[in-house]
Amino acid sequence: MRSGPWSWLTLLMAAGTALAAIQPLPFRDAEEEARFRRLTAELRCMVCQNQSLADSDAPLAADLRREVLRLMQEGLADEDIKRFLVQRYSDFVLYRPPFRADTLALWLGPLIVLFAGLTVLVVVVRRNASRLRRDASQPLGEDW
Amino acid sequence: MIGRWLPLAIFASLGLILFAGVELNRGRERGTVPSPLLGRPAPSFVLPALRETEPMVDSETLRGRPWILNVWASWCVSCRAEHPVLSALARRAGVPVIGLNWKDRREDALAWLDRFGDPYHAIAFDPDNRVGIDWGVYGTPETFLIDAAGIVRYKRVGPLSPEIVEREILPLLAGSSP
Repeated sequence: MRSGPWSWLTLLMAAGTALAAIQPLPFRDAEEEARFRRLTAELRCMVCQNQSLADSDAPLAADLRREVLRLMQEGLADEDIKRFLVQRYSDFVLYRPPFRADTLALWLGPLIVLFAGLTVLVVVVRRNASRLRRDASQPLGEDW
Repeated sequence: MIGRWLPLAIFASLGLILFAGVELNRGRERGTVPSPLLGRPAPSFVLPALRETEPMVDSETLRGRPWILNVWASWCVSCRAEHPVLSALARRAGVPVIGLNWKDRREDALAWLDRFGDPYHAIAFDPDNRVGIDWGVYGTPETFLIDAAGIVRYKRVGPLSPEIVEREILPLLAGSSP
């Protein structure tokens, strides 16, 4: 809704000529291009659901690719370029969120859940094992 | 005894977590990202005016009083929906409403204004998204409120509605004018 015509345009472009729609940028050499690809693959396109800057045909993504290359050519390090974008578009532009107090649950949550699952597994297996041992140690013919 | 209830307890706590997640996100609009500009100095800009006969639009000249920045484009359908609300706000607010014409073509933008009316105090022309990037613009229309000290106090992504103007913008303006 919000960016109406653009989303339609994006859809149309994606339908056929996804690669052709991404306009070529003036890279100085292959190394620069490789660095650019690595960096833009880690940055999120703001207007598409879950596409990186590298992948997106959205006009805004094209602007930001141009900006990223400009900053690279000005001599900024990858971290500085990410900071530049985060200052403007928030952490949302980063595919890999920073490790901070307010993202602890995000980073550690899966580990905690995994650990809890392992604990439950170990407890269940041990209990069953000891029950089996107990059963085995009792002579079968007791009731006879 | 405890072992018997453990699965139910785990299920209940998982359910609680999911419910909390849904509940906490209820009021939030899908897809809007909070601006990191809030509480920070507004990015300054000097851009040509949309009307070539008018002087450059310089954000420094706005310092010392609150103002509103509205990002729009002629291709933006929601901007058209927002237009009457913005016009009413511009009449009532008593502060300059500056337009940032974003990723648009000059003739399209001018035709749009001719057709629907021009609510803006001045309009800066940003066809290649130079200033838009500095303001973190990603979906028109966007509306910023800048206080007299040049600090961004409010940002809305998406069209303004009379309710939003009444509930969010006018109280902030009343609070920030000297």
